[in-house]
Amino acid sequence: MKRQIIAAAALSAILLAACGDDEKSSDTTAAANQTAAECAVGKTITDGTLTIATGEPAFPPYVINDATPEDGQGFEAAVAMAVAAELGFDAANVVWTRTAFDAVIAPGPKDFDFNLQQFTITPERSEVVTFSQGYYTSSQAIFGLVDSPAAGAATLADLKGLKIGVAAGTTSVTYIEDVIQPDSEPLIFNDNAAAKEALDSNQIDAIVSDLPTALYITAVEMEGTTVFGQIEGSGTDEFGLLLAKDSPIAPCVDLALTALKASGALDTITTTWMSDYVEAPVISLG
Amino acid sequence: MTEEYGADAHKASAPLRSGNNPSRRTLFERAQRRRSTLLAATSTALLVGLVIWLVPRLSGWKRVRKSFFDGHTFSLAFKPVLNAFLLDVKIFLVCAPLIVLFGMGIALSRSVRSPLLFPLRMAATLYVDIVRGVPIILWLYLIGFGGAGLLNVREVGLGPIKIGTLLFLGGVALVVTYSAYVAEVFRAGIEGVHESQRSGARSLGLSTWHTNRHVVLPQAVRRVIPPLMNDFISLQKDVALVSVLGPIEALRRADVLQDKLFNFTPFVVAAVLFLCVSIPLTRTADYLLAKERRTMSGTAVR
Amino acid sequence: MKLQYVGVRKAFGAKTVLDGIDLNVGVGGAIALIGASGSGKSTLLRCTNLLEPIDDGAILLDGDDITEPGRDADPVRRRIGMVFQSFNLFPHMSVLSNVTLAPRKVLGTSKSAATDAAMTMLTRFGLADKAGDYPDRLSGGQQQRVAIVRALQMNPEIMLLDEITSALDPELVGEVLNVVRDLRADGMTMIFATHEMSFAREIADTVCFLKNGVITEQGPPQQIFSAPTHQDTKEFLARVIASGRL
Repeated sequence: MKRQIIAAAALSAILLAACGDDEKSSDTTAAANQTAAECAVGKTITDGTLTIATGEPAFPPYVINDATPEDGQGFEAAVAMAVAAELGFDAANVVWTRTAFDAVIAPGPKDFDFNLQQFTITPERSEVVTFSQGYYTSSQAIFGLVDSPAAGAATLADLKGLKIGVAAGTTSVTYIEDVIQPDSEPLIFNDNAAAKEALDSNQIDAIVSDLPTALYITAVEMEGTTVFGQIEGSGTDEFGLLLAKDSPIAPCVDLALTALKASGALDTITTTWMSDYVEAPVISLG
Repeated sequence: MTEEYGADAHKASAPLRSGNNPSRRTLFERAQRRRSTLLAATSTALLVGLVIWLVPRLSGWKRVRKSFFDGHTFSLAFKPVLNAFLLDVKIFLVCAPLIVLFGMGIALSRSVRSPLLFPLRMAATLYVDIVRGVPIILWLYLIGFGGAGLLNVREVGLGPIKIGTLLFLGGVALVVTYSAYVAEVFRAGIEGVHESQRSGARSLGLSTWHTNRHVVLPQAVRRVIPPLMNDFISLQKDVALVSVLGPIEALRRADVLQDKLFNFTPFVVAAVLFLCVSIPLTRTADYLLAKERRTMSGTAVR
Repeated sequence: MKLQYVGVRKAFGAKTVLDGIDLNVGVGGAIALIGASGSGKSTLLRCTNLLEPIDDGAILLDGDDITEPGRDADPVRRRIGMVFQSFNLFPHMSVLSNVTLAPRKVLGTSKSAATDAAMTMLTRFGLADKAGDYPDRLSGGQQQRVAIVRALQMNPEIMLLDEITSALDPELVGEVLNVVRDLRADGMTMIFATHEMSFAREIADTVCFLKNGVITEQGPPQQIFSAPTHQDTKEFLARVIASGRL
């Protein structure tokens, strides 16, 4: 089981890095050689307008200005507006709306064309909604107080002796139990806020979460913390745009993303907004 | 001398019977019992049969069964949830006696009459009011994270026995909160013991301590076993709250598995395990109560 | 003088129940308190063993003021035994446990010694076979006799009997009164509140008639029952005779 995960992670990481586009088969209603804009004509829920949804509140690095996501500032704001442009909608014809995380994953019709708020693509979720191809692969990262015993960890083995905390309901839980397998049982908290409390009161050495969350917490929410590293080959989480099941505009959105990847625009956006990405040291699997 | 005593009107009367033939009352009661057993068995069978026949015919049944009662998921989840459940059991076994002790202490503090001890009585009353006025989970956060911040150690322990601070403080929070509730139950029991019992005991020269220990409390406790059992059944499930402080117990493990397997069956596993503890608990309490009643009193009115 | 009441006063809220009691009890004396309900008989007894504090006056035991405020009541109560109208046996303990509890816990008597003493007295009063039973299984008369034995196990110097037969069926009264006769014959100092006038006449050496919290009339039984001087006493006795109780 563990080997399969690592193999799959390594494979998808290699594929993404090398190929740029991917072989995800889209819905057959997309005709070959069509542009995204051509595809999207008449397929939005409101004619002539593209409705994009995100979470409430939206925060950096995904959306810098919560009040005006349409300004394209922030990783997801930028990706969304770039996809909108590929679909043939300029800023004036884009409307932003907000949804709660749980309501979105429930089956049923949606009041948006697509939704993005760091949704991880999973097979179970794909049974009730449709995801676009991935637009970002997030690796697992480990962070904590600067004087933590976790500082300077270079291989996975260095992590085994740590007392780790994690937020329930995240893929990090599975990653810790299946891959890191620390000697001492981790502490699982309701959310990262509680995990931070434990960090502050010296009950844990470090927290494992996805890299973007780690960057945010260490940069904005907690003083005296730093990201010790991102774990090599742990990129199992792919963020995808979420659409209603079998939404007609889904293949068009995929066309848009393919175009953005081919032109290098997606890479530029990723570098600009997730720039810390390259600076967080890599912890090798040892 | 002895002939003057002993002649009393309360000898049990011999049943009406001739030789070995059962009395007409015995026969009647036997027939009654047979009838009611038959009735009970039939109605239960009908009801169960109805459920078994009807539920699968409801439209959502297939989906619900797969989500909640999936056999394969059950077998995957069973061992991990059971292992985590052992933590719940341990917490319960440690906290329950402490809660009884503290609860009793608080109840007694509230019952003191001496004016000298008024501050104690006041303190106990305040304690109960404040602790019961705040949701238990809030106390868990305050005592758990607040306490951990104050103590600033990873583990607490005596000698060879060490446990994680957060787990320890979770237990402390449970004891602190439940003692307040249990104290009120004990207090009701204590005040329900008739004043004449105290008069009798004190007039023999028994001190307040001895009066409480041998006369009042034994009677008080017996009276409140049902509501006390209620509180302990509650506790047995509330131990799961300790998970908000990080330790992985049954409910948390079920939650992790639910996220992993995207199925609610692990929660059903946890539910089954909780029932395995609570049902024997209640039945034991009922049995003890019945035994007590049989020893102490004469006949029950039908 | 074993026991002295000097100007004892007691009120419950606005209601004055004892309004100046003066009474002397000699060693080996048997005082009967008679009077209507609410006349203060029970209250006087309860004040004697300090179950109720008095408001004014004093009670002296062997010349020692036991009602001094702030005084520890337990040692006093060991010397004074009390039996109640409603028996007040401990329902959760067997007869034997009821009887041996106080000697063991207060006097420090060993379990075997306390049991022996208890069984001796229970046997004397015909209750030996009930030793293992719980109070609920005993008749009222049996329970009251157990209560008396229980009080006696503390070797009290005085016995206070608060209407101990009032809650009993008539046919059970006799067995209890027999016990009291035995105690009297042994020379126990006792004060008993009672409605059993013939019994009072038989064993008391002084009868006190209480009304409105004072001892209206006091004297030997022959005087009180046959030739009462006070009008109130006469009226009370007349009522008692009329109801067939004398």
